[in-house]
Amino acid sequence: MATGIKDKVTILGMGCSKFGERWDAGEGDLMNEAFQEALADAGIERKQIDAAWLGSCFDSVNVGNSAIPASTALRLDGIPFSRVENMCATGTEALRGAAYAVASGAVDIALAIGAEKLKDTGYGGLPPPFKGTFNDLWMPMSSAPAGFAQLADGYRARYGTSREDLKRAISHVSWKSHQNGVNSPKAHFRKAVPMETIMNAPMISDPLGLFDCSGVSDGSACAIVTTPEIARALGKKELVSIKALQLSISSGQETTMSDWDGSYVRNTRNAAIRAYKEAGITNPREQLSLTEVHDCFSITELVTMEDLFLSNDGEAVKDILDGVYDATGKVPCQIDGGLKCFGHPIGASGLRMAYEIYSQLLGRAGARQLKAPSIGLTHNLGGVPYQGIAAISILGLM
Amino acid sequence: MSEFGITGYGAYVPRLRIDRDTIAEAHKWMAPSLKAQAKGSRAFTSWDEDAVTMAVEAARDALTGTSIDAFGTLYVASTTSPYADLPASAIIAGALRAPAGLASSDSGNSQRAGTSTLLQALKAGESALVIASDAPVTKPASTQELSYGAGAAAFTLGSTGVIAKLLGAASVTDTFIDHFRAAGQKYDYFWEERWIRDEGYAKETPGAIKYALAKAGLEIEDITYFAMPSLFKGAADAVAKAVKFAGTIVPGLENGVGYAGTAHAPLMLASVLETAKPEEKILLIGFGQGADALIFEVTDAINALPKRRGVSGCIADGLMTDSYLRMLSFYDGIELEWGMRAEKSGKTQLTEQFRSSDQMEGFVAGQCQACGTVQFPQLQSCVKCQAPRQQFTQLPLCDAPANVLTSTADWLSYHPAPPLYCGFVQFENGARTLMEMVDVGPGGISRGDKLRMVFRIKERDRARGYNRYFWKSTPVTTA
Repeated sequence: MATGIKDKVTILGMGCSKFGERWDAGEGDLMNEAFQEALADAGIERKQIDAAWLGSCFDSVNVGNSAIPASTALRLDGIPFSRVENMCATGTEALRGAAYAVASGAVDIALAIGAEKLKDTGYGGLPPPFKGTFNDLWMPMSSAPAGFAQLADGYRARYGTSREDLKRAISHVSWKSHQNGVNSPKAHFRKAVPMETIMNAPMISDPLGLFDCSGVSDGSACAIVTTPEIARALGKKELVSIKALQLSISSGQETTMSDWDGSYVRNTRNAAIRAYKEAGITNPREQLSLTEVHDCFSITELVTMEDLFLSNDGEAVKDILDGVYDATGKVPCQIDGGLKCFGHPIGASGLRMAYEIYSQLLGRAGARQLKAPSIGLTHNLGGVPYQGIAAISILGLM
Repeated sequence: MSEFGITGYGAYVPRLRIDRDTIAEAHKWMAPSLKAQAKGSRAFTSWDEDAVTMAVEAARDALTGTSIDAFGTLYVASTTSPYADLPASAIIAGALRAPAGLASSDSGNSQRAGTSTLLQALKAGESALVIASDAPVTKPASTQELSYGAGAAAFTLGSTGVIAKLLGAASVTDTFIDHFRAAGQKYDYFWEERWIRDEGYAKETPGAIKYALAKAGLEIEDITYFAMPSLFKGAADAVAKAVKFAGTIVPGLENGVGYAGTAHAPLMLASVLETAKPEEKILLIGFGQGADALIFEVTDAINALPKRRGVSGCIADGLMTDSYLRMLSFYDGIELEWGMRAEKSGKTQLTEQFRSSDQMEGFVAGQCQACGTVQFPQLQSCVKCQAPRQQFTQLPLCDAPANVLTSTADWLSYHPAPPLYCGFVQFENGARTLMEMVDVGPGGISRGDKLRMVFRIKERDRARGYNRYFWKSTPVTTA
């Protein structure tokens, strides 16, 4: 009988590079920035790392295939090192690899590092993904915002929400994150943005305007994990442990069958139900101190509040406008500014979110520190809402 | 001997229209004289339409009430077939889900290919689908840019339900070179219009008309309709007058279509058949390095022909546009800065394309016999009950009623006709799939809007010159 990951793995140290348009840094530089901070935080030497996982997504930029470039960049000689790719869930996937290795007892200390050098593309936004030779034959070559914009139609139709109310709510999502980003020294965007600017920005993919889209940045984040016993033996007093790690991937039901109405993301709900069970959470709205969710687009964050069972179905618009997820609200969401302010270097994002939860739990979040948080959730959504990957991790104090 | 002839017709004209005045206005700094010819509107192909896609649409119209399975040969005539070596007929046959035993034949190289091919198929006397389709490309600021358009016409030929039978025909072949387009060249080279009118149309066509009448045993007075395509205003009237024709001169489809190259005479025939009555006789002329003259008699069966879109339906279905540069860009007449996203490779894996052709060419969903779920694409097992694909029944989606479930207008993706409308299409039979939505008017599209499926270019691989085709959806207009 599976017993889950809860409290079997603790975070020994974490690191996060400065995110942004890092014209000065290649992917190797970014990885080293996060890695050095994590090593110092963990208080170990690199030779103590037994195994490692790299998450990076795009092949048209970055360091190249396999884990060889990362192993070389980090000078981790001769250890098991794997590269993983699972679209926007890539960073969390790397953490999952490292955590499972420790939990299985195969290794004592493992490294998860995620990095993406998006600003080597030469343009804004993400490179067009490779959909596979078969899907290319029929699937529209639409952008990421076009995929997520479909949620707006579905949501409005299901709940009878007016175009104006929905736009105001998703604008509030972005407004709130920009407010929060001001206090994040490592964020790409650190300026508050007025609601009018957000609501009247040029359209990218209706109804998503420019400020409904996350930034595009370079960055890297890194976690070193071990068992609670080893962490204590290494002198750690306050331990942040992994309470849950769950993924859910589409099998084509939403895109092919007729029962999905376009108003929610099945994968997030699947992953959330399993993650809450694994972590022993029965009332997320009461129990979670904070969340870092996949706000690739503002509409995504809105439906995610319902998919994580933080808002009742059909009530996310009201909850958002009531400030439930603001920094001062009941369950702050993106207290560091989220993807909106950090941008979304694909491979790094999941670990960057974990870095924020970890920092908050340990009281290291500076000007944006929440009062006595005990448990936080990260959420990634790869692909598109109807054919994608949801990844959830829950981290908490032991 | 049983009767043989035309048993049905169909047409397609691109929905996009532009006022000729808009074109002339763009050129008035260097060619102010164009303004004088700038009357009415012309059709132009969207970036994802060509002779192949138009042929498929015309054929679908012509096959209203019948099936491709009833025909033994597919004839395709075009001077703008996208490939020098790769027959349009093969792609068209795939899109029409033609049976493997279909013979096919492609022709072109002449403005007369449309009528010559129809004549050839009529003479062959075996059931056939004949399509003429042309998307001529004209040089910016040429008079042809104003007078040309695009379109396709298709005819089914057979022995049952003949609506028009051939009474007689004649052809003349002559090296009267009014224009030419060298192999590999983009644009035609034209000689003086007055010479073409006076020495070409006026002198080449009467001979063919005379021979055709003689073969049919008819006099010109017996003819009800005179259908002659021409580039020049009044040319058809002048010939009609010269041969002492006093009946109805068929309108040249100048407004809303424009001269559609080798498809133009067939389009005019299709247009006459929409309103022609039994026993009326049609004289159809094709011109180009000589002339064809075909004389048809309409039969009683025309009254029983199932209703179809036809030429008039296409004309009514127009979508007016207002930018000359859009048309120019669709015709590759101007190189715009599309940004680095446009650098994405458009290469098609021909192996994958062939492997998947059974469901991609004809847009065929599978219905699981175990649980009834209709699904596209068809993968290895049922999306609902995981039963193997081998037991799916095949269910084409191209004519299945559908509507918009969700959609967006995407301004970020590289798309030659921004914004890219895309979203979920919900078919009434239960199938659902992500699709592009094309020819969307200024009002956009909304949930619940009715859609129909159209065969289009999915990807243009400009580096290798290869077009990959697939199906897209387009709003059903009330017109």
